[in-house]
Amino acid sequence: MQSNSNILQIEKLQTYFYISDNKVAKAVDGVSLSIKQGETLALVGESGSGKSMTALSTLKLINRPGKIVGGSIYLNGVDIVSKTEKEMESIRGNEMAMIFQEPMTALNPVFTIGNQLVEMIRRHKKVSKKQAFERAIELLRIVDIPRPDEIIHEYPHQLSGGMRQRVMIAIAISCEPKLLIADEPTTALDVTIQGQILDLLLEMQKKFNMSILLITHDLGVVAKYADEVAVMYGGQVVEQAPVKQLMNEPNHPYTVGLMSSLPSIKNPKNRLETIDGTIPPAYDFPLGCRFSTRCSQVMDRCIQAPPALYSLRDDHDVRCFLYEEGVAINGD
Amino acid sequence: MARYIIRRLLVFIPMLFLLTLIIFSLAKAAPGDPLTGKQLDPTVSKEVYEIQREELGLNDPLPTQYWNWLSSFTSGDFGQSMYYNGRSVESLISSRLLNTVYLGILAYLITLAVSIPLGIYSARRPYSLLDNTATTFGFVGLAIPNFFFGLIGIYIFSIHLGWFPSQSTMSDPLLTGIPAFMDRLHHMILPAITLAMAGTATYMRYVRSEALDILGSEYIRMAKAKGMKERTVLYKHTLRNALIPIITLSGYEFGILLGGAVITEQVFNYSGLGMLFIESIVNRDYPVIMAINLLLGATILLGNLLSDILYSVADPRIRYD
Repeated sequence: MQSNSNILQIEKLQTYFYISDNKVAKAVDGVSLSIKQGETLALVGESGSGKSMTALSTLKLINRPGKIVGGSIYLNGVDIVSKTEKEMESIRGNEMAMIFQEPMTALNPVFTIGNQLVEMIRRHKKVSKKQAFERAIELLRIVDIPRPDEIIHEYPHQLSGGMRQRVMIAIAISCEPKLLIADEPTTALDVTIQGQILDLLLEMQKKFNMSILLITHDLGVVAKYADEVAVMYGGQVVEQAPVKQLMNEPNHPYTVGLMSSLPSIKNPKNRLETIDGTIPPAYDFPLGCRFSTRCSQVMDRCIQAPPALYSLRDDHDVRCFLYEEGVAINGD
Repeated sequence: MARYIIRRLLVFIPMLFLLTLIIFSLAKAAPGDPLTGKQLDPTVSKEVYEIQREELGLNDPLPTQYWNWLSSFTSGDFGQSMYYNGRSVESLISSRLLNTVYLGILAYLITLAVSIPLGIYSARRPYSLLDNTATTFGFVGLAIPNFFFGLIGIYIFSIHLGWFPSQSTMSDPLLTGIPAFMDRLHHMILPAITLAMAGTATYMRYVRSEALDILGSEYIRMAKAKGMKERTVLYKHTLRNALIPIITLSGYEFGILLGGAVITEQVFNYSGLGMLFIESIVNRDYPVIMAINLLLGATILLGNLLSDILYSVADPRIRYD
């Protein structure tokens, strides 16, 4: 299964949270994804769909009582699920880095920007303090921070949200990772700043030939910045395709619902559509299809047994009985 | 910052004034005076005491007595002991003060050295064996009164094991240099551990709950995502943030240490300020009571000011102007 052009390949990943003896939350349940070098995979879904947990699992940063219980994560062809915590420490930040949603809470309030950049550089690269400091200033300049030689001595609370997110990007790219995981990097920012930050990410991607796992619930962002899309629901991937393909031809009722809840210039509507109900909690999924409780096209069999992921064509997979004539690629 | 400190110091003056008024009233409200205890001596006639009282000004109206004390105090004269035959209050206090300061410093060092690592480790593995043990120890430390713990310490470590002396501040006043230092340290260990007990328990609980909060925060996850070693995550990113409330607490700890010393010194017959304080209360030695109280009050106020200043050093988001 392992293909060499993939920087990241996740296979049947399962991350469960053991809340109590008979309560297990299947936050990530059999997710398979892959990202090619220099490309962006967008992971889309509403809150609680398991997209952030998939990202944190990729870094093996799941806190107890959570645990990766199955599957493989190949980073550049090497499975990291079996790696020890010590080995992971030198992979994190160095080979793959992460950008968090909230730039205010993700930067440590009591250390200067310079301190937080330098400690990262010196953790993974054998350089002197002075060299690391110069590199830090250069990185701040790369992410378009004005007056980098002053900002480097400032504390996170002295910067605006957009600036803080730029600092976070500078930290993330400081060791030139092959994979960048961005967990809703623009959700906490003003709309005017969002575009700038995403453009910066795109620029950095080209500059360092990075692959990006972009987690978002903003389909507009997906259309503009992603190469591939995976839609998640209830800890599973329910539809996966190249971005144009998915946008033009959404198949899974959930994806269709997401699309129709977007405003469109071509067909203006008075009211945006919504998907009724909420995502079921991860410890109490329905027996059959996990979307069956909210699906407009639900059938009897959807309630009785879960659908597999069916392949519509080479690169378009859907987890729905409506498309069963396709070839089931996932026997479970 | 300088303006802030000056403003805070100016506020101290009315507070200390108020403190003297309260202490004076309370001391005077207690029955008897410095001569009451001595009256048991049958060879001395009552008239002698009356003359003495008149000389010491104990028969003046209370406001006059207070004014006399206050005016001499503000001119830098702390007065004379009424009990120790006119020995100056200054010399009485200075002979004892250092003993208490040393004891307090040692107790505080023990508190920090024990509570911070224990708190951090408990937070790292909550509800583990170590955490539960430390929590139990914490509650026991808080629940057992100082003097009782001191007595148990004397019983085990002095009487049974003979490791530490149970009394006094030194064994031979003629010692000098390093042997003298070691001798004093040897005498201080048991009282210092006793004194440190309650503070250690409190600090440990604080560090644990702070660290537990911080370990769940986004910037710790970020630090881990950067690949920082666990030790760096714990002792740099977590500890530095967990110390912020501890610093606030340390201002009050000054007062608690000194207050605790009063009892601990009594148990270990340790000749410090606390013992002098008890003696002066028993003897109704008003000038000494007043001076020690003012000293304690000023120490607590200064301790709080110091902790507020340190707070702004530890947390860059806090600035006083």
